[in-house]
Amino acid sequence: MARALINAPAKAKRGEIIEIKTLISHNMETGFRPDNTGKPVPRDIITDFICKYNGQEIFRAELFPAIAANPFLTFSTIATESGTLSFEWTGDNGFSATESVNITVE
Amino acid sequence: MRPGAAVVFAAAVLGTTATAGEIPLADRKSGYEFMARETRAMQDDDTANPGMLWVLDGETLWKRNEGSAAKSCADCHGDARASMKGVAARYPAFNAARGRPVDLEERINICRTEQQQSTPLPFESKELLALAAYVGQQSRGMPIEIADDERTKPFLQAGHELFTQRQGQLNLSCAQCHDDNWGQKLAGAAIPQGHPTGYPLYRLEWQTLGSLQRRLRNCLFGMRAISYPFGAPEYVDLELYLMWRARGLPVETPAVRP
Repeated sequence: MARALINAPAKAKRGEIIEIKTLISHNMETGFRPDNTGKPVPRDIITDFICKYNGQEIFRAELFPAIAANPFLTFSTIATESGTLSFEWTGDNGFSATESVNITVE
Repeated sequence: MRPGAAVVFAAAVLGTTATAGEIPLADRKSGYEFMARETRAMQDDDTANPGMLWVLDGETLWKRNEGSAAKSCADCHGDARASMKGVAARYPAFNAARGRPVDLEERINICRTEQQQSTPLPFESKELLALAAYVGQQSRGMPIEIADDERTKPFLQAGHELFTQRQGQLNLSCAQCHDDNWGQKLAGAAIPQGHPTGYPLYRLEWQTLGSLQRRLRNCLFGMRAISYPFGAPEYVDLELYLMWRARGLPVETPAVRP
């Protein structure tokens, strides 16, 4: 199971712009590197990231082999209502990880 | 110089604080000070510092039963936040059974083989780095304090000799960069003073966490010298000397470096 770290405010004012930071452990093997025997190491990367705010998609990213290991993504949204921010990473070899945090909007 | 005179000279250098070439204690600063603002921000924010991913893994491993003794680290040491506080700031430390200093990774493996009756974790394995990062993080902010006594003195001297010895095809010593030319640039990169304050640390170039021994191998490779195998006593002597040289600086584990 991949480790993920989420930094999002637990509380926000309605209409406030909030910053969300996500970090996940992943090797992001490019597929272009040879191993000790000269054969290329097969590609193994995260390909998609989706953030949903109370079920509605607010941010999506496609990731490619040039993205560094342990991808760190930060983005912002407007705090509209209390609820859940959910995060989903999917990738090669059936990789899938999910996280969620709660936010209270006053 | 006669070989005997060289030993006496090294002893004299270690015995005093401000000899020519050595950085005065007041001017010693961590590699953090030489980093770009963005890299500092990455280290300072625990949710942006990738080293924290290893710390979290280490916390899980700390509580996991291992080996034929089916014991976890926590069974002997309890809560690491209390029992491991300050430990990494004193390592490498003298180990009486081995008759020489051991570094933190070696100490973890001694526990694994002798207490948990398990196999030692390979150098640079994710598990060993995770445990070292978790133990190291408990000393974050505490000043590095290496024992400078009769038992460690010969090893401190050996480390100091390695540090000042020219080697490799470029015929360079560690001291020529890190004592004499710190603050200058080597190609585009700043030359730091070479204080191992944050190991194991996340190096952006490596895209992973790595130990001080891995970093020392990097330097040796850059000098086009032959590197020692992982776990070689030469590395531990050098680690001991470098930590003694960094005494007083706060532990930053897990640090981030470019």
